[in-house]
Amino acid sequence: MDSSFKKIAIENSDTIVQMWLKEISSLKDVNYTSTISNDLYQNASREFADVIFTSIRGQGSTDALEAFSEKIINLGWPLSYITDGLQVFRRVTTKFILSKHDQLDTEAFSEVLESVDHWVEPIIRQLVNDYTGNWENIVSLQRVALQELSAPLIPVMEGITIMPLIGTIDTERAKLIMENLLQGVIRYNSEVVLIDITGVPVVDTMVAHHLIQAAEAVRLIGAKCILVGIRPEIAQTIVNLGIDLSNFPTKSSLKKGFTAALEITNREIIDREPKEENIESLIKSIRGE
Amino acid sequence: MKPQSGVIIRKEWDIVGARQVAREMARELKFGVVDQARIATAVSELARNIYLYANEGQILFNAIQSVNKTGLCVKAVDTGPGINDISEVMQDGYSTSGGLGAGLPGVKRLMDEFDIKTEIGIGTTITATKWVR
Repeated sequence: MDSSFKKIAIENSDTIVQMWLKEISSLKDVNYTSTISNDLYQNASREFADVIFTSIRGQGSTDALEAFSEKIINLGWPLSYITDGLQVFRRVTTKFILSKHDQLDTEAFSEVLESVDHWVEPIIRQLVNDYTGNWENIVSLQRVALQELSAPLIPVMEGITIMPLIGTIDTERAKLIMENLLQGVIRYNSEVVLIDITGVPVVDTMVAHHLIQAAEAVRLIGAKCILVGIRPEIAQTIVNLGIDLSNFPTKSSLKKGFTAALEITNREIIDREPKEENIESLIKSIRGE
Repeated sequence: MKPQSGVIIRKEWDIVGARQVAREMARELKFGVVDQARIATAVSELARNIYLYANEGQILFNAIQSVNKTGLCVKAVDTGPGINDISEVMQDGYSTSGGLGAGLPGVKRLMDEFDIKTEIGIGTTITATKWVR
């Protein structure tokens, strides 16, 4: 029976595609694709119909399906376009085959429904899998990218390292901060570590707790931690929350923190005398002799 | 701006989502920068409490705009285990999870009005409001 239904569907593919295109165009306003131009929509839908029929004929279906789902993803169309399209196809085809059928008892009815389902199901499965797989891929790549920039440690000078933090700190990142901080202190032989929180939007008790723990751990391995980049509104919320940072040296800006770090390491920045004067005085002293 | 919105807290990243909504609403209600930070921090604490102790819950935001005053009401609703002794959790430095124990008393200080209702085994509802000055 299945093959005869298939024959009906394939022989009348043009009629079915026409019916399908008409229905799917009417869906355009409701399934979030209304911003797409009509020409593009019609072309893509025609291609979609081709893909469906090649798949039903069972010729090289996977390649065509893959290419099509990739195209939809690149166009940025919603997944509902694919699911709606196939849903409509199922409905239209079932209706059409039933209309061509002579005997209309319940058995024939369920047979038609079943075989059409059989054609459409693998297409839905593959298109949806390709589509979601692509998103999952993007999400996991972004997670990796985020992790890469989550806790960098920059050695700026012998004995002084800076860790600039930007964005939200969650539990996982807090762990990374602690690990990188301790490894870095050992590796660069740092005496002072500056943690810059200028780019951290909210300092709540959890973030503060992790920072205090990190500083304590740094202290245990013999280095000193200075918290810099505390904005006025962050200072106020820390006070409101009642967080005790008195054991933790803090500075308002990275610049001030760096100066403090230089003091701790017994250094200071001295402006050099301008070079020209140097040369002139040298010439003078030579002439003088 | 929608006068009401809600964020469901299930994962740790939902805390960030709740905070974004809080900040956005506070900005649109013309709160100052410091008060925006206060509200965002308070929401962060409430959302984290849900994530840590109740597994699942919701943060509801309600913009209050009446004739003489404007404010933002934040409601944290969960169906978690409830709180055994409220006076204990409102003490500074009390924590069951090894944290700083400044969360709830902190929220009370960050906001203008604070109310907590809890029932063992049924859940906890915390309502906190901040008025625009």
